[in-house]
Amino acid sequence: MYDFTYHRASGLRQATNLLAKHEDAKPIAGGQSLLPMMKFRLASPSNLVDLNAVEGLNGIELTSRALVIGAMARHAEVHVSPQVQQGIPALAALAGMIGDPAVRHRGTLGGSLANNDPTADYPAAALALGATIVTTKRKIPADEFFAGLFETVLEPDELITKVSFPLPKKAAYQKFRNPASRYAIVGVFVAKRPAEVRVAVTGAGASGAFRVPAFEEALQKRFHPKSLEGLSVPAEGLASDIHASAEYRAHLIGVMARRAVAAANG
Amino acid sequence: MPVVSMTVNGNPVRAEVDVRTLLVQFLRETLRLTGTHVGCDTSQCGACVVHVNGVAVKSCTMLAVQAEGAEVLTIEGVARGDALHPMQEAFRQNHGLQCGYCTPGMIMTALDIVRRKGHELDDRTIREELEGNLCRCTGYHNIVKSIAAGARAMAGDDPARQQAAE
Repeated sequence: MYDFTYHRASGLRQATNLLAKHEDAKPIAGGQSLLPMMKFRLASPSNLVDLNAVEGLNGIELTSRALVIGAMARHAEVHVSPQVQQGIPALAALAGMIGDPAVRHRGTLGGSLANNDPTADYPAAALALGATIVTTKRKIPADEFFAGLFETVLEPDELITKVSFPLPKKAAYQKFRNPASRYAIVGVFVAKRPAEVRVAVTGAGASGAFRVPAFEEALQKRFHPKSLEGLSVPAEGLASDIHASAEYRAHLIGVMARRAVAAANG
Repeated sequence: MPVVSMTVNGNPVRAEVDVRTLLVQFLRETLRLTGTHVGCDTSQCGACVVHVNGVAVKSCTMLAVQAEGAEVLTIEGVARGDALHPMQEAFRQNHGLQCGYCTPGMIMTALDIVRRKGHELDDRTIREELEGNLCRCTGYHNIVKSIAAGARAMAGDDPARQQAAE
């Protein structure tokens, strides 16, 4: 990797000041995506601002309406958290499907959302659950947060502090994993919310996670796997690589969506 | 160059490092603790698994400077003098290794599985938990047997020693 200057920030303000001051500075949370990218020289930040010692970014809180998770919550913590298991069990299950146990001990919720890897799991959950991403500057609805491959609307000196997930009536995530990397070839998160149904897909989109309005409308009428019969997602615009063609991914979206609805219905 | 200090296997250490130094390089090249291996250098294989503040991490995907102030446990720190840790002994008894390259990472991961899942581990749990540790001798069968046996042996082992291992 290329050389950089390292800063261990002790507070949020110090972290955002450092990010504002140095051109090409990057925050590092769990580092499970950023460090491999730096090794490959796909990322070459001039300054690295470590968030691991910043206070106030941890903690998981369950209220009567929402589950609020600190940006630095590790996947392993989210997976075993009694609050998450009680509030949104599908989210606890999703966190346990990311990477492997050692990766889950480092990787964080905020890091995953900010990185917006098109095969990451959390973006699908944030979209389907209608999450609000709280930053050092504003509150951003998930629908407005993601901006294409590895891009979000976050400004260079803006940090996610926590994410609020409104409690759904029912939800489930189904992931078709690449057997080697464990990344999603297709992952579908469905959520039956008080006023709407949302279906979000990761792993398949050529420009990141996306919602499927046709599936949502059908499920809004009746939240049952049968409602999705005969419906499909067009292959155009889906990713195609050595692991799966766009056509295969389109097919898997239907299969995973039906399985997710069935799982949500218990 | 930044100075980093941490505790490794109970011993305080302090050294000047290039900021790009990975934790695994620091352990192997600065401290000469070469039991922790580098297999893939891309967080796939698990040969570099060590414990940082009590949990298993891939030391190829963490900077040494990020371990400032941390408690690090490597494979060199699990035995008690000449007596192997029960998990190491279980690998020996069950032929849980062929070439041995993945073994330090397998054992550090195994200890982390016991910490989280307890002493009675079924095959399915162990295989699922080993998703981040690769063995290219295809020796998984005996590795799974070793971990189940080691976990049970740890239940009967004296608590002080378990604490040291954890």
